[in-house]
Amino acid sequence: MAEVKAEKEGIGVTLLFIASPLLLLALWEIGVRAEWLDHRFFPAPTTIVAEIVRLFAEDNLLIDILASLRRIGLGLLAGFPTGLAIGVAMGRWKWARAFFAPLVAFTYPIPKIAILPLLLIIFGLGETSNVMVVVIGVFFLALINTYAGVRQIDHEYFDVARVYGISRWQVLRRIVLPAAFPDIFTGLKLAVGYGLILIVAAEMVAAESGLGYRIWTSWETYVIKELYACLMMISIIGVVLAVILEKIEGRLVHWKHTG
Amino acid sequence: MTPQTDHCLLTENLGKRFENGQKSVQAFTDINLSIRRGEFVCLVGPSGCGKTTLLRCMAGIETPTTGRVEIVADPKPNTSRLAMVFQQHWLYPWMTVEENLRFVLQASPIDAVLHADIIDRFINRVGLGLFRKFYPYQLSGGMNQRLSLIRAFCIHPQMLLMDEPFVFLDYQNRMMLQKLLLELWADEKQTIVFVTHNINEAIALGDRVLLMTASPGTIKREMVSEFPRPRDVVDLRRDPHYEEMVVDITNDLREEIEIAQRKMESEWLKSKPKKRA
Repeated sequence: MAEVKAEKEGIGVTLLFIASPLLLLALWEIGVRAEWLDHRFFPAPTTIVAEIVRLFAEDNLLIDILASLRRIGLGLLAGFPTGLAIGVAMGRWKWARAFFAPLVAFTYPIPKIAILPLLLIIFGLGETSNVMVVVIGVFFLALINTYAGVRQIDHEYFDVARVYGISRWQVLRRIVLPAAFPDIFTGLKLAVGYGLILIVAAEMVAAESGLGYRIWTSWETYVIKELYACLMMISIIGVVLAVILEKIEGRLVHWKHTG
Repeated sequence: MTPQTDHCLLTENLGKRFENGQKSVQAFTDINLSIRRGEFVCLVGPSGCGKTTLLRCMAGIETPTTGRVEIVADPKPNTSRLAMVFQQHWLYPWMTVEENLRFVLQASPIDAVLHADIIDRFINRVGLGLFRKFYPYQLSGGMNQRLSLIRAFCIHPQMLLMDEPFVFLDYQNRMMLQKLLLELWADEKQTIVFVTHNINEAIALGDRVLLMTASPGTIKREMVSEFPRPRDVVDLRRDPHYEEMVVDITNDLREEIEIAQRKMESEWLKSKPKKRA
């Protein structure tokens, strides 16, 4: 009985979840058709969707999407494990904390996109610079969330390990990483979202492909429909990635039912 | 100190002091114990007398400030030196019932070919057979503490340290686990040091009851609990000698509790005005 009720509420919430963006889009559409909104600056959602379809079919939008995703992927691949490793070290060892904490404190507040010009000087105008922006942004999110997760582990888990003679490697692999995993995963979710933000910004100035590049060229050529289409694509990609990660998280950290 | 072969645990002038800025607290002092192989010793004392810290020093989780602990392990094959059960189960929540056992077995000196059998035997013995693939969050508090008990027994420890393992269980589960503990112990007669503040429990389970003084804790008195084994923790209450012993130790403990109380109050009075200022 209770389960059935919970499920019903679940459906209600899901409907609301879908209803709110639809409502906004409907108002927007009506606004444009009734000419309350200037369609030159605010093309109707249906126009934007049609533009997306056209871009996919005639203008290789997919190639730009894949270019952006590839850069985010490479950035994650390089930046996340590095941040994770240093986060674990800082969480577990005093010397690592003493060494890295000031470095992190001074470099973390710098807006990552502000490093782009420097990266362009170092790596030149090309893929590396774009990917490096993501690497740096993702690195900090991995580091900070992992560190927080490791610091929060109850010391009793380590007491048990000590009594039962668990090796340092096993403590790391079977206790520290799984215990901190929920926080690490939160870091990953943030990193994917932030990676998208960073790559679009970087591509506006430093790339010849990608969604950011498209947005910038459509502004330069004043093709506002395309600009909106790219924005909508970014938003859709962000939501899809978030939903996928949410599902994976539910699978992996099912054990975390406290109480 | 020359280790005698019939002793499993020896402590010599053991003491622990916690330093925290200008404040320092002597947890316990001058603990000289010698616990025979196979002996079940219960440690009782008022709250804050350092009995848990003493146990943690024995386990090697905490380093004593003075004196030393020696665990004289017998070089028997397929046994471990030490295991400990805590107040809360502290199972690893990301591991299933059997994974929790396998994890400690893999780190133990026990031959790997025996692991699967040992896991089966212990899981079935405590009635968790149907739950071996379950995670701790899917089990009740009593089931988890049973698992934490067999986690300690499954590595065949020669020395078993128990820190109020049943304190957070309800009456029914506590009785069940006390019975289980005595049964498991009867099989192999591990040496056990069992910390509790429950005098009934101490007398019913132990061969010897050590009473600690208020902080800084030291051994005030020791009594032998000579009731025949196997014991039934409930039937034992009919024995007039048992009741007498409970009352006797309770009176002694009450004295220490009052001392502890007075000490705490005076410390509170000392610290309070400063905070107000």
